[in-house]
Amino acid sequence: MSGRRRVAVRSLFLGLAFGFVLVRSEAISWYRIQEMFRLQSFHMYGIIGSAVLVGMVSLWIIRRHEIRGPDGEALEIAPKETGGRNTRYWAGGAVFGLGWGILGACPGPIYALIGSGHTVFFVALGSAVCGTWLYGALRDRLPHY
Amino acid sequence: MSTLLDLLSRPWPWYVAGPLIGLVVPALLVWVGRPFGISSSFRDVCAATIPGKLEYFGYDWKDHAWRLAFSVGVLGGGFLAWQVLAPTDPGGLSVAVSEATRADLLALGITDQTGLVPRQLISWEALGSVAGLTVVVLGGFLIGFGTRWADGCTTGHAITGLSNLQLASLIAVIGFFAGGLISTHWLLPIILAGLQ
Repeated sequence: MSGRRRVAVRSLFLGLAFGFVLVRSEAISWYRIQEMFRLQSFHMYGIIGSAVLVGMVSLWIIRRHEIRGPDGEALEIAPKETGGRNTRYWAGGAVFGLGWGILGACPGPIYALIGSGHTVFFVALGSAVCGTWLYGALRDRLPHY
Repeated sequence: MSTLLDLLSRPWPWYVAGPLIGLVVPALLVWVGRPFGISSSFRDVCAATIPGKLEYFGYDWKDHAWRLAFSVGVLGGGFLAWQVLAPTDPGGLSVAVSEATRADLLALGITDQTGLVPRQLISWEALGSVAGLTVVVLGGFLIGFGTRWADGCTTGHAITGLSNLQLASLIAVIGFFAGGLISTHWLLPIILAGLQ
């Protein structure tokens, strides 16, 4: 197997596990997202909070033990660039949040919902791809930092 | 064996699901060599399918095939969890949200609160209504536009970025929540006005 294909197969399996957990945790549910934005349950905060905690400890272990990637490369997540007013993060983030609050699903759940049989999310996916395309077309005219 | 199947087909509490999701960060990094993020796959779909000369999509999407493979995997995981190992307990087919949420949604006109998503709003039939069309099409569009502008979504910023202690991600996550609060408390009541 070529390196690219091997990596794609591993990625597919991890996606499978992630999609499964998204369904079982009900994080793909519109009702759960409404509950989160109405501050009526700890459920979603618990999921995101504990995921971040485990991610943080994992990255610390990777750094401390200098664990290497599949091609023997050093593993470092390059921090995203900041500067100026950081417009792209708060404004882009707010636009994303507006959509999240309406649709009740972010990108991972959109895929998981399609797989679970809620095929109407193909329309949401198509719409999201159009949104991404429009960003690509307007990019030079939008403020970023 | 039956107990295992039972455990696999019942909803999981946050303290089981959250840490498992967190483990995707190191697994993808060590096993695939990439940081965890999903919404960039939308960009790959554009690069692969939409013709044109936009610089933003002028790259070989096959170099990022792992991202599309991950997305296909997530889709398969959804199939496995809801079609193959479907919840046997009838209660598992409805989401156990709080009574306060149920009451709020009822007041907004969501009378059928079964399933993972309200079919009055998000289903092929509902696409024929203004409310349904707005929720699915406008919601999806804002997500696709916002996530590229912000350079990440819930996985890339909230989970990976915060795990990596990035300031950019903290700002983005605050933006996500501000937007979500505005949608929930202002936009949704307007969009759903037709349901009541």
